[in-house]
Amino acid sequence: MECQECHKRPAALHFTQVINGEKTEVYVCEVCANEKGYMSYPEEGYSLHHLLSGLFNSTFESIQSQSGSQDKQEELSCPQCDMTLSEFKRIGKFGCPTCYETFSDSLDAIFRRVHSGNLTHHGKIPARIGGSMRVQKQVDEYKDELQHLINNEAFEEAAKVRDKIKELEEQRRGDDR
Amino acid sequence: MTLQQFMNEAISPWMREEGPDSDIVLSTRIRLARNFAQYSFPIIASENNLQHISTFIQQEYEDQTFQDYRDFLFVPIEDLTPVERRVLVEKHLISPHLAEKNHVSAVLISKNEQVSIMVNEEDHLRLQLYFPGFQLNHALTKVFELDDWLEEKIDYAFDEKRGYLTGCPTNVGTGMRASVMMHLPALSWTKQIKRMIPAINQLGLVVRGIYGEGSEATGNIFQISNQITLGKSEVDIVNDLESVVRELIEHERNARNYMMEQSSTHLEDRIYRSYGVMAYSRIIESKEAAKCLSDVRLGIDLGIIENVSRNILNELMVLTQPGFLQQYAKKTLTPNERDVLRASLIRERVQLET
Repeated sequence: MECQECHKRPAALHFTQVINGEKTEVYVCEVCANEKGYMSYPEEGYSLHHLLSGLFNSTFESIQSQSGSQDKQEELSCPQCDMTLSEFKRIGKFGCPTCYETFSDSLDAIFRRVHSGNLTHHGKIPARIGGSMRVQKQVDEYKDELQHLINNEAFEEAAKVRDKIKELEEQRRGDDR
Repeated sequence: MTLQQFMNEAISPWMREEGPDSDIVLSTRIRLARNFAQYSFPIIASENNLQHISTFIQQEYEDQTFQDYRDFLFVPIEDLTPVERRVLVEKHLISPHLAEKNHVSAVLISKNEQVSIMVNEEDHLRLQLYFPGFQLNHALTKVFELDDWLEEKIDYAFDEKRGYLTGCPTNVGTGMRASVMMHLPALSWTKQIKRMIPAINQLGLVVRGIYGEGSEATGNIFQISNQITLGKSEVDIVNDLESVVRELIEHERNARNYMMEQSSTHLEDRIYRSYGVMAYSRIIESKEAAKCLSDVRLGIDLGIIENVSRNILNELMVLTQPGFLQQYAKKTLTPNERDVLRASLIRERVQLET
């Protein structure tokens, strides 16, 4: 059989194309297959997102089967962007920052799977808008340290850490005024 | 400054400097995903809102300079031809996803191409910072400074519990993807890399081929990056990545030494054959070109091939991609025509050195 594109070289490859449900058979040589793009496939193949939305669905299904009849409840939707829970399930993406609050009940199960069991952020805090959060984080860290020192009866060290906490808390009250 | 600079030079200015461990690590990149608190994510945001963001970025940051990253050029994606978009993807300045967008997407690029900030990709902002060689800790310090500089004027979507909020649940928390591009020919040939990948995955890190998601490793170039963004601090993530990359560097060096001791003639033969193909072939497909480039670069690193600069791999890897070839030819080319032009550019580049 000759190549259906160039009608010169022998056909070496056989493609079946399905466009709008209609099936066509193509026989082409290797050169034409390359040049006419038969060998290329869509850039966005089976991506992480496809895997993810599959994963969401199974997570949601298990939540739904636990909580009973989901159908009777009104569909949860985000007040900020109108994203619904089923849409979120389908695309596996959030619509806006508020979605994190709207769908918060469903998120732990997802985050646990995507982030190896982790649920809370332990990294950078924005320098400007996170000012008080930054101080709070430092205070929390000192408090942990303080507890640890007291447990080990290192009271001298503990006193130093206690003073640091005091200093930070006073500083914060100063900022609030 | 104009866009033409980015289009005509295959190799970004920052790549010309030699970084630490650059016999194996080609580059280090850190990317941060950031969003404006008051707008929906690009996937569903109104065109009006996205336009606001794009205009804001242009007004505040076009032609600005931050530290060594000078004269930011603001490029709306819709102003670019398909070939120009492809060139920016091949230079890793924008993602394939951004290249497909039309309205209200843009990119901000520093003159030395070390910083690129994608606007209205999957997130409102995607900051990327590149360094030559292996310098993760330095890159992290610098990207934090850049982030703080941007944050002076932008209210980020941030939540105390979940961290930086992103369009996709896979990026929430730090919003950070740190990655290291490595040339690992000896580990690939000895099939050691295949055995190491599962172990690396268990640490929450991923190993990918050169052009990101879904592609196979061309030319023995691998990208190692973090997968998890929630629950671990940026410093911890970078330290984990650092130790794995150190391990890979050591194994690659050992494997190279072993090959030199055990079968130096075979190795030399392979390297010189590839050198011959690069110097004399008239038609070369991208896959073969990538293989030859990898061989020759290894030859340079091992001192077998002299008088050819190390940058040949970085440069020709980009220059011989379809987008760049067509930018060079100033017209669209069939795959066959590309193979011919690719061969001639490689010959020219090799002759330039000798």
